[in-house]
Amino acid sequence: MTQETVKKNELNLTKEEKEAVFTTLKRDLTLPEAAMLEVMNSEHCSYKSSRPVLPKLPTEGPQVICGPGEDAGVVDIGDGLALVFKLESHNHPSALDPYNGAATGIGGIIRDILCMGARPIGLLDSFRFGPLSNPHTKWLLKWVTKGVGDYGNCVGIANAGGEIEFDPSFQVNCLINVGCFGVMRKEELALSRATTPGDKLILLGGSTGRDGIGGASFASKNITDESESDRGAVQIGDPYMKKLIIDATLEAIQVGLVAGLKDLGAAGVTCSISETADAGGTGTEIDLEKIRIRESDMEPWEILVSESQERMFFIVKPENVEKISAIFKKYDLPYEILGTVTDSGHCVVKYKGQKIVDLPAHLLTKPPTTKRKTRKPKYLSKLDQKWLPKEPKVEEYNDLCRRLMASDNIISREWVYRQYDTEIGLHSVVKSGEGDAGVFRLQEFGTKRGVAVTFDGNSSQCYLDPYNGSAALLVEACCNIAAVGAKPLAFTDCLNFGNPEDPEVFWTFEKAVEGLADAAKVLEVPCVGGNVSFYNHDEANNVAVKPSPVVFVAGVLEDATKAVNKKLKAADEFIFLVGETKTELGGSEYAKVAYNSENGLVPQVDLSKAKLIIQDIIKVIKEGLVTACHDISKGGFFVALTEMALAGNLGFDINLRRIVADTERSDIKLFSETPARFIITTKEENIEKIIATFARHEIPASFLGKVSSEKRLVIQDKDKQLVNLSLDEINQVWKYRLEEEMEGKKEER
Amino acid sequence: MPMKVIVIQFSGSTCDRDLVYAMREIMGWEVDLVWYKEVTHKLDNYDAIFLPGGFTYGDYLRAGVIAAYTPVMQEVKTLAKEGMPVFGICNGFQILVESQLLPGALIGNDTLRFSCKWVNLRVETSRSAATKLGVKGDLWRIPIAHGEGRYFIDEKGLKELIDNDQIVWRYVNEHSEPTKESNPNGSIDNIAGICNLEGNVVGLMPHPERAAESILSPWETDHGRLYFKSIENFHREMM
Repeated sequence: MTQETVKKNELNLTKEEKEAVFTTLKRDLTLPEAAMLEVMNSEHCSYKSSRPVLPKLPTEGPQVICGPGEDAGVVDIGDGLALVFKLESHNHPSALDPYNGAATGIGGIIRDILCMGARPIGLLDSFRFGPLSNPHTKWLLKWVTKGVGDYGNCVGIANAGGEIEFDPSFQVNCLINVGCFGVMRKEELALSRATTPGDKLILLGGSTGRDGIGGASFASKNITDESESDRGAVQIGDPYMKKLIIDATLEAIQVGLVAGLKDLGAAGVTCSISETADAGGTGTEIDLEKIRIRESDMEPWEILVSESQERMFFIVKPENVEKISAIFKKYDLPYEILGTVTDSGHCVVKYKGQKIVDLPAHLLTKPPTTKRKTRKPKYLSKLDQKWLPKEPKVEEYNDLCRRLMASDNIISREWVYRQYDTEIGLHSVVKSGEGDAGVFRLQEFGTKRGVAVTFDGNSSQCYLDPYNGSAALLVEACCNIAAVGAKPLAFTDCLNFGNPEDPEVFWTFEKAVEGLADAAKVLEVPCVGGNVSFYNHDEANNVAVKPSPVVFVAGVLEDATKAVNKKLKAADEFIFLVGETKTELGGSEYAKVAYNSENGLVPQVDLSKAKLIIQDIIKVIKEGLVTACHDISKGGFFVALTEMALAGNLGFDINLRRIVADTERSDIKLFSETPARFIITTKEENIEKIIATFARHEIPASFLGKVSSEKRLVIQDKDKQLVNLSLDEINQVWKYRLEEEMEGKKEER
Repeated sequence: MPMKVIVIQFSGSTCDRDLVYAMREIMGWEVDLVWYKEVTHKLDNYDAIFLPGGFTYGDYLRAGVIAAYTPVMQEVKTLAKEGMPVFGICNGFQILVESQLLPGALIGNDTLRFSCKWVNLRVETSRSAATKLGVKGDLWRIPIAHGEGRYFIDEKGLKELIDNDQIVWRYVNEHSEPTKESNPNGSIDNIAGICNLEGNVVGLMPHPERAAESILSPWETDHGRLYFKSIENFHREMM
C-alpha cells in the first residue's frame, strides 16, 4: 500500500483505544482506516462510557423478540404480530440547525424501524428547551416542530404523541428525542446481519455527500463557541425519497429477497459494513468507487464516514439481485452493488484498484470501554428534602390554579401537534392530546388488538434525585399506558446527560440507570433498546443539562375499541381518585411555579404497589367500568382533573376530604406529584365493582364528587371552598397561550 | 354488482392505502391500487378513478404539479371529459387543479403552517358525484391535513363557480356558518371542495377516507361514508 499513513501518535484516540488497535494490527493505519476507527470509537457509536453501566437494565421477558443490540426493540403483541419501536436523540444537530436536525432525527428513527422489516406507522417526539418566553426557545421550537412535521407528514407517518419540558438548563443544549414504531408479522423480521459469504452488498437510495461528515464525532463533544462551524455535521433530509425507500424495502422483504438489512445512520458506510459482518461472523469487501458521490472531489475517508441521509444497505443472495433491482427501478430509486460478503472476518475497501482499508470487523464494532469516575454532585447535599412551603390561604387557591394551568410545562401542546398529521394510516383511536398514551388500532392486520405508546421524561425530579426520579418516570410512563387500558410490555430509553468525563454527571447517569432498572424489574417491563446522548453541556456558560432520561413505553390492548381517553363524558358521572397521595413536592410544578423552589422530596415510589394499581386499572377499563381515565403527573391531581374537564368541555364539583393522604394539607392533596395515581370516572351502577376491584389489593379508590354540566371547576376541602373557576377562563390561558407565544395574539383558528 | 374503481398511486402518494381500505373494507367495493407507471388496464373499465392524498414528488415544486404531467393523467383528462367520475382528495385535488380539470389554485395556508384537525363541512350542492346523498346544508365532520390547501380563484371565476353551483363544500362552524374562524387555511369564500360544470370531477381538501368509521372520529361520526355512498348513488344513476 503506497499511500498516506497514520502513525500511532497521530491517531485521535485514547491510550487504551490505540492499544487495542495496534496490538491487533501491528502496522501504521491508512488515512481511511484512521477515520473509520476514530468515528467508531466516538462516544455516540461506541457507547464507551455507558456500556459498563447499561447491563444493569433488565432486557428479558417472554414478550421480547429482539432486545438491545439490534436497530430497534421488537416485542410480541399476540396474534402473530410484533411491535418494533425505538427512541433516539438528535440533540446536537437540532441545537445548531433545528429544522434539518429535527427532520433528519425523524428520518433516522424511521430507518431503524424499517430495517427490522416493519412498516413504520407512528411517530412520537420529546423536546426540552429553555423557558418558553425566551426568543431563542421560540426560534428552536418553531423550526424543530416544522422539521418533525414536514418530514413525518411527507413520508406519511402519523404522530402518536409526545411531551415537552421547558427548563433553563436546556437553553443552549435543547434535547430533541424522537421515536417511531411499526408493526409486522413475526416472520417478517429482518436482521442486520451478513451471514453467508458470496451474498451481495447493495446500497440503495441517496447519493453520498459531505453532509453529516463526522456527525457521530460532533455528537460526542460539548457544544462550544466554535460549534457553529460544525454545521456541516448536520445532515439534510429528503422525506420524498424516504417514502419511496420504505415502499421498495417492504416490497422486497415481502417477496423474500432480503437476506440482511441495515440502515445508514451514524458513521454511514463504515458502520454498515462492519456491524453486519461482525453480527454475522463474516467479512465484507466493497469497491468504494461504486458509491455515487455528490461532490466529485470527496476523499475516500469522507465517503466512508459520511452520514448522508436516505440510504439503506441490503444484503442479497446473488440469485435475487436481478429481482430486487427490478423493485428499485419501479420506484426510480438509484442503487449500486458495492461488493460481497466474505469469510475473512475483515472489512476490506478497495478504491481505484488499491486496497485502502483492511480491518478486522470487531476492531470497529467492539472498541474498548472507558471506566468513568463518579462522585455525588455537590449541589445535592445543599438541597432541603424536608422543605415545605407555608400552606396557602383559602383565598389564594383560585390564583394558584390559574398560574399552574398557564405555566410553560402545563399549557396545551396543541400548537405543536396540529402541525403533525395524526390521522394518516387510519390507526389513531386515542389521538395526540386525547389521552395519556396514543392508541393505534391495527385494522390492516385483521386483528382487534391495538398498541399504546407513550413518551415520558421528568428532568426536574431526575435532577433532584436521579434514582427515584428515574424510577418514578418509568412508573409514570407505564401508568400512561394503563390509563388508556393497555398492558405495558417493554420500553426503550434515551439517556440525555452532560459530559460523562465529569464525575458528578456520570454519578447521576449511573443512578438514573439504576432507578430505571429497579422499576423495570418490578414492573416486568424490560428494556429492549436505547440510545445514550452525552456531552449535552454548554461550555460557553458551563451549564450541563439536567439529567434527562426519556422513556418510550409500548403496550398492547386486546381490543382497541375498548380504549378510553381522558375526556369527561357526561354530567353526574362519579369521579374517583385511585392511589395514595403523599407529601412529595420535590421537582413538582407547584414548587416551581408558586415558590420557584427546587427543594422538597422527590416521589419515592412503592414499586410493588404501583404494579398492582396498574394491573387493576387495566382490569376495570377492560371490563368496561370506566368512562374516562387520566393518570396524575405534572401539576398533580388538580391539573389532571382540570385537563379531563378541558378535554370533555364539562365542569366538576368535588370535595377533597376523602382523599387518602399522609397529610391534611389541601395544597399537597391538590398539587403533589406522587405517581401511580389515577382519576377515573364511572357511572353509578359500576361503583361497587370498581371499589371491590381495588379493595382486593388494599388500594384506596376515593369518591370525590361528580362531573357537572355547569362549566365550572369547583373544589372544596371539608367545609372550605378552595377553588371556583370558570372552565372557559382556564381554557383561554391553557389552550391558547402556546399559540399566542409563537404567533402573537390573534383570533382562534 | 359492487363498484369497481381504481386508485392511482403516484410517486409520493401517502393516502392511497387508507383510501383503498375505506372503499374495500367499509364500502365493499372492488378496488385496484395501481402504480402510476403500471396502469395497463384500460381506465375506462372502471366505474370511477381516485387520485389519493400525499406529497407527490415531495411537493418540492408546487403541490400536485409534477403528477399532473405524468402520462397517466393525460388519459384521466380525456376520460374525465367523456364523463368518467374522477375524484381527488387533498393532493389529488391539487393534481386535478394543476391538470386544469378543476378551476382555481391551491396555495399555502394563510397560517403558514401545516394543519391537521377535524373540521366541519357544509354540503352546498347535491349535484356533484360525491354529494348525491347530501342535502344542501348538511354538516359533515371530516379531518384536514395539509399545508397548501388554501383555495384561490379570481373574482370572475368565483362568480362562475357560484352561478354554476360548483362549490360542493364550505368550511363552517358548529352552527353551519361559514365564518373566518371556521376557515382553517384562508380559502376564498370558505371553499373546501368544488366540482366541474358536469359534476363528474370532484376535488376536496379534507379526507373522507379518514372519517368513514366512527371509531376514528372524536364525535363518533362516520360522515366520510356519505361521500362514498353518494358516489355509489351517482354511479347507479349513470347506469
